[in-house]
Amino acid sequence: MAGQTDPHISLFSPQEVEFMAEDELVEIVPNMNMEQLNFISGDFGRFIPQIPTKVPLWLAVALKRRGKCTFRPPGWMSVDNLTQILEAERESQSTFQALPFSYVEIARLLFDHARDDIPDMYMVRSLVEDIRDVRLHKLETNLGSFQGTSAVKISNVSAMEVNIVRPFVIRALEAFYKHDKPEADVDRDTRSSRQQREANNEPRRPLRQR
Amino acid sequence: MASSSEAGGSADYETLMSTSDVELLKRAWRNEKATPEILQYEGALVDRAKEQIELVEETIDDYVENCIDPLVVSLYQMDLDRTQFLLRSYLRVRLLKIEKFLFHNLKSEEAERRLSEQEKVFATRCADDLAKHFEETVLLKLPENYQSVLKQSLISEVDDMVPQPHLDTFVVCRSKNFVSLNLYEEGESPETVEMERGDLYFIRYKIVKGAIESGQIDLI
Repeated sequence: MAGQTDPHISLFSPQEVEFMAEDELVEIVPNMNMEQLNFISGDFGRFIPQIPTKVPLWLAVALKRRGKCTFRPPGWMSVDNLTQILEAERESQSTFQALPFSYVEIARLLFDHARDDIPDMYMVRSLVEDIRDVRLHKLETNLGSFQGTSAVKISNVSAMEVNIVRPFVIRALEAFYKHDKPEADVDRDTRSSRQQREANNEPRRPLRQR
Repeated sequence: MASSSEAGGSADYETLMSTSDVELLKRAWRNEKATPEILQYEGALVDRAKEQIELVEETIDDYVENCIDPLVVSLYQMDLDRTQFLLRSYLRVRLLKIEKFLFHNLKSEEAERRLSEQEKVFATRCADDLAKHFEETVLLKLPENYQSVLKQSLISEVDDMVPQPHLDTFVVCRSKNFVSLNLYEEGESPETVEMERGDLYFIRYKIVKGAIESGQIDLI
């Protein structure tokens, strides 16, 4: 059912996160002629051979699968840029490098459907995976150092990463908040809440998907 | 989220004019999924989206009859599917929330205002059925003082059998512009948190509730 992802696992399923990322614009080079497309989500086209144009990711993938275009990989996906980002990520323990918000989804879709359009594909792919690993690891270690606050700032974390840690962080922050404000508990106990009561406050490690 | 038609940093009116319906629907869907309570029903948006969907469905039928290039037809179909998914999921998430907090939504005036007409009909019918079911199976067999669906017993002063949405939960949000929010409730130390454009925050829902309704903050 479209509305029913289990909120205890995560609010948005990975497919839904990908769905949201598919509206990002990417550049393609069509190899055929086509009139302008007047979609509900916007107007795209015209498509003229060899003239690059910007379309949403889902449209680009659809065209590519039918052999109607080639991809122009986005600027941030070059080997040099990614190597730089990887080194910067490894150096700093607490800050994240600026990456496009949906970089995981974009990279995944491009690898799946447009291998031949990316120069040094294997290098790029292994770099992206390394970056993902380093960032996830950083997220996990940083989560262990929370103090109870009402607002936590996380900069430059991407959509997929947020989605993975979201349930854990929400529960941890709620537990902190609850124990920082003991007078609110009297009211809270008489209402049933949809979260299960946790016996201990130890932050649990989020499950890593391997 | 990078929107193809948002003018960067300009007046709200201009942004509103150039944001497509699909963007607005996606934003409503995301917000609805991420908040613990039900939000204001976007009646005008849903109606417009339904019109556009019907229009495209007719167009696709025409195209198929006129034997237009099947590639083009399938692309239009894909776009249609995506928009339909957004609309359906939006409505389903709202129904889920209504069902979850059935009695609360009918009791609290503020929540009731946020439902559409059809949702109100659904909620009242559902509540009646549920109450009847409880009464017939369990409540009538309990001792006199404990027979209410809404109260634990006649001694209770408030309706404490009614689950309420958990407003103190945390959500992830990003602000479109610079926004400064009061961290604590009134009367306590007025600490503020300042959010620059594009920063991500895990923050308590109550704090950002007003800003979400006015459109300054997006939930992720």
